[in-house]
Amino acid sequence: MPAQIRKLVVQVDETRIEMGKAVTPATRRALAMAVIANPCAGRYVENLDELIAIGEELGGLLGSKCVEALGIQPGQAQSYGKGAIVGEAGELEHAAAILHPKLGAPLRKAVEKGAALVPSAKKQGGLGSAIDVPLGHKDAAFVRSHFDAIEARVGDAPRANEIVVAVAVTASGRPLARVGGLQVSEIEGKDGLR
Amino acid sequence: MIEIRRVLTQVEDIFHEFGPPPAQPLRRGVVAAVLRNPFAGRHEPDIVPMMEALNPVGLEMARTLLAAMAVPAERIEGYGKGAIVGAAGELEHGALWHVPGGYAMRELLGWKGDAASYAKGHATGQSGNALAIVPSTKKVGPPGATLDVPLTHINASYVRSHFDAVEVRVPGAPHADEIVLILTMSTGPRIHARVGGLAASAIAKWDGQR
Repeated sequence: MPAQIRKLVVQVDETRIEMGKAVTPATRRALAMAVIANPCAGRYVENLDELIAIGEELGGLLGSKCVEALGIQPGQAQSYGKGAIVGEAGELEHAAAILHPKLGAPLRKAVEKGAALVPSAKKQGGLGSAIDVPLGHKDAAFVRSHFDAIEARVGDAPRANEIVVAVAVTASGRPLARVGGLQVSEIEGKDGLR
Repeated sequence: MIEIRRVLTQVEDIFHEFGPPPAQPLRRGVVAAVLRNPFAGRHEPDIVPMMEALNPVGLEMARTLLAAMAVPAERIEGYGKGAIVGAAGELEHGALWHVPGGYAMRELLGWKGDAASYAKGHATGQSGNALAIVPSTKKVGPPGATLDVPLTHINASYVRSHFDAVEVRVPGAPHADEIVLILTMSTGPRIHARVGGLAASAIAKWDGQR
């Protein structure tokens, strides 16, 4: 059964100035969130295939929503991340089922390539709970300028039997990044790390 | 005087709220700009010059919002505005947004009045869309503060199906010396509106209220 989506929320956060200094080009980060019914809420369900399939569906949907909102070509995406907030009638493992087995492949398709791990966070929460979705460069996890996080939150979700699923995609690293480490120009993009 | 540090847009599609999903989901959009507050940290008696300086900001924000919502202007049925002033400012700084924020959206959505007289409080020549006052809230708040920004029908404030509010929050803003300025628009009534009152289809007076 496809995801029962109650709401879709898409944000773009653009930073033009940081500490009085112009950020050129401005950093741009997109966040797409789906509020879905949790088909396994309220009881123990051994087999979580239904949630795994929902994760696959949402990886593509939310990833392409982000790319579209940024107004970029898929290949211009730079970093990504994912997260989920499970309402109180669900269990943390439901977030794991959505996020880990199958969400990544369609997300990587939406951003073209994506050799690196998609960093993630999950929690249980209630209406308006915020989750800090980690961000990392999509082709090389060690790129220090792209370690970041973006706060995801939907005011009226998750209800007890819902899950908020979030995917973030950026067209930039942090504003005024200057703490060294592996640079974008040094990415080899083969092992997902460097 | 105007220094925009950050811009956040948000577009929300609401398919249902546990009732029968209507054929068309409700779309609500928000744009929030984080600006330096030039009056932070002191009492400045004359703040009115900033109102005019905000006019182009309002128009840019209204256009950004409509583009993010990806619908034609004719689809917009509700609007609202708000401001969150950082800790080193005062509530009155948020009030600077009333005229430029409201004017920008009404201009974009079809209001054909005279902007100069509108700014002076004499609205004239309202013959197009967006006849109703743009509802608003404002407050002084910390970084990440949420503001419930009201929404009402663009042509008649008493249309009950369109009374709504959208929660707006920019993580990390406003800093003490900043202001978050907000515009919001929606494409229709609350998703399962059913408490009667004036219906949008029954607007008759075209006076901005009924």
